[in-house]
Amino acid sequence: MMPVQPSPVDQTLPQSVSPIMRTVDLSLYYQDFQAVKKASLSIFPETVTAVIGPSGCGKSSYLRCFNRMNDFTPGTKIDGQVFLHDQNIYAPDVDPVALRRNIGMVFQKPNPFPKSIYHNVAWGPKINGMAGDMRARVERALKKSALWDEVKDKLTQSGLSLSGGQQQRLCIARTIAMEPDVILMDEPCSALDPISTGRIEDLIFELKKKYSIVIVTHNMQQAARISDFTVFMYQGDIVEYGPTERIFTNPEKKQTEDYIRGKFG
Amino acid sequence: MTEPSLEEKALRQNLRVRHKKEKAFKFLCMMASAFSLLFLFSLFYNVISNGWSYVSWDFLTHFPSRFPHKAGIQSAIWGSVWLMGLTASLAIPIGVAASIYLEEFAPKHPLIKMVEVNISNLAGVPSVVYGLLGLTIFVRVLGLGRSVLSGALTMSLLVLPVIIIASREALKTVPDSMRYAALALGATKWQMVRDHVLPASIPGIMTGVILAMSRAIGETAPLLIVGAVGFVPFNPRGPMDEAFTVMPIQIYNWASRPQEAFHELAATGIMVLLVVLLAMNSIAIYLRHRFQRKNL
Repeated sequence: MMPVQPSPVDQTLPQSVSPIMRTVDLSLYYQDFQAVKKASLSIFPETVTAVIGPSGCGKSSYLRCFNRMNDFTPGTKIDGQVFLHDQNIYAPDVDPVALRRNIGMVFQKPNPFPKSIYHNVAWGPKINGMAGDMRARVERALKKSALWDEVKDKLTQSGLSLSGGQQQRLCIARTIAMEPDVILMDEPCSALDPISTGRIEDLIFELKKKYSIVIVTHNMQQAARISDFTVFMYQGDIVEYGPTERIFTNPEKKQTEDYIRGKFG
Repeated sequence: MTEPSLEEKALRQNLRVRHKKEKAFKFLCMMASAFSLLFLFSLFYNVISNGWSYVSWDFLTHFPSRFPHKAGIQSAIWGSVWLMGLTASLAIPIGVAASIYLEEFAPKHPLIKMVEVNISNLAGVPSVVYGLLGLTIFVRVLGLGRSVLSGALTMSLLVLPVIIIASREALKTVPDSMRYAALALGATKWQMVRDHVLPASIPGIMTGVILAMSRAIGETAPLLIVGAVGFVPFNPRGPMDEAFTVMPIQIYNWASRPQEAFHELAATGIMVLLVVLLAMNSIAIYLRHRFQRKNL
C-alpha cells in the first residue's frame, strides 16, 4: 500500500477562485467500519467535479456527507468538517433541513413521487414556502432540465408514466426548482440506457453554467466527458484530485493510473 | 432414428415420476382449499336455513322480546354502531400515529425495541383479559361506569395492537428512496410522512383497520365483563348510556335460551351480523381502490 497524503494539493487547481464547498479531514464511520478516511477536497463554483473509484470505495458515502443524508443512516459518525461557503454544515447550530434546500441531490435510481409531473416539481418549493408564481417556476425548472417539450401537454399525468431517462430528468427538474447552490448526483445514469445517459450528460454540461455539480460515477468515460475536476477514491481515501484532463492523461499516483487503465476496479 | 441412450431413458422415467408428484401435490392443495370452502358454505347453509323464517323488516326494527315472533335486533344494531363508531374514532388515529412514530421517528434504542416486542405480545392476549382491564380502569378507576364509552375504550385497547402492527407493515413497504427524495428537497419528516409516506401506505393501513374492526364487531367476552347486557329494549342515547347490547351478545343471549324459536332468531341475527361485516369490508375495499388509483 502506498502512503496517501491526507490532503492532496495540486498546483493546477484554481488558486484565485474561492471554493463553494470544502471538506476538511472528513472521516465517516459506519459503526466500526471507516468508510471515508480524512478526505479533504474543494468544490469550485460552476464546475463539475466527478468522484470515481471502484465499488465500495466510499464515494457514495462521501457524497452523502455533502447534504447530511448520512444523518438518516443509524450508526454513522462524522469527524472533520464540511463547509458550504464559510459555514461548517456539521456545526451544532446548523439545521440540516434548511441546508438541504441549498444542496440538491439526484439519486442512483430515478425516484419521482407517485404524483403528477407538475406536483413532482412543485412540491419542494411549496413545502419550503417559496414565494412567486409556481406555474412559472415549474415551467422554468422543466425547461432547464430539457424535459419541457416532452411533458408540457401532460403535466397532470403521473411522474411514473415517464420513461426511466425522463424520470431522472424529472428528478433533476425537481432539484433545480429549489434553485440550490450545489447539486449532488449519485451515479445518476447507472440505471439508464446509453441514449438517456447521453441526454443527462448534455444536461449536466448545460447546468454547470449556473450550478456547482458533484457527480459520483463508476463510469470513467463519463467522468472524462463531463467533468472539470476528477477525484479518485480508493478504500475510503482520496488518492488523487485534480483537473480531469491531467488525471486522465498524466496521473501522479500509480494507483490512479492502474485504475484508469482498467487494471483493477 | 437412433434409439435413445440408457441415460436418456432414465431421464425420461425420472421426468414422469416428477410430473406425477407435481400432480399429487396440486391435488392435495386443491383439496385443502375445497375443504375450507365446504365448511364455509355449510355454515352459510345452516345459518340461512335456520334463520330464514324470521327474516323481515320487523326483525330489524323490533326490540328484544320474550315472544320470539315479536323479538328484533334494533337495539343490538344501534349498540354495535355506537360501539364501532367510538372504537374506530379512538383506535384508528392512535394506532396509526403510534405506528408512524415507531416506524419513522423513533430512535434505535433498546427501550423502543422493548415497546415493539410488547405490542406484538399484546396482539396475542386473550380478549377476556382486556375485559378485566377495562372493568378495572375505565369502569372503576376512571368512573365511566358500565357505559358504551367504557366498552369502546376497552375495544380500542383490544384492536390497537392489530392496527399498529398492520400499519407498521404498510409503512415498511414504502421504499426508502421515496423518503430520501422528499428529505433531500429540504422537507421535514412530518412533511415527508404527510405528503408521501402516508398516502402511499393508506391501502395497507386500511387492510389492517378492516381486520381490526371485523375482530371488534364480533367480540363478546370483554363487553360482557365491562357491562353490556343481553336484553335491552331501547337504543343507546349517547356514549355515557349505561345499558347497551351489541349484536354478538344478543345472538349469544338467544342461542342460550331453551326454546327452539330463539335458536332460529339467533341464526337470523348471525345473518344480519354477516351482512354488516360484508358491507364494512366492501366499503373499505372500495376506499382502498380509490386511494390506490389516486396515488398513481
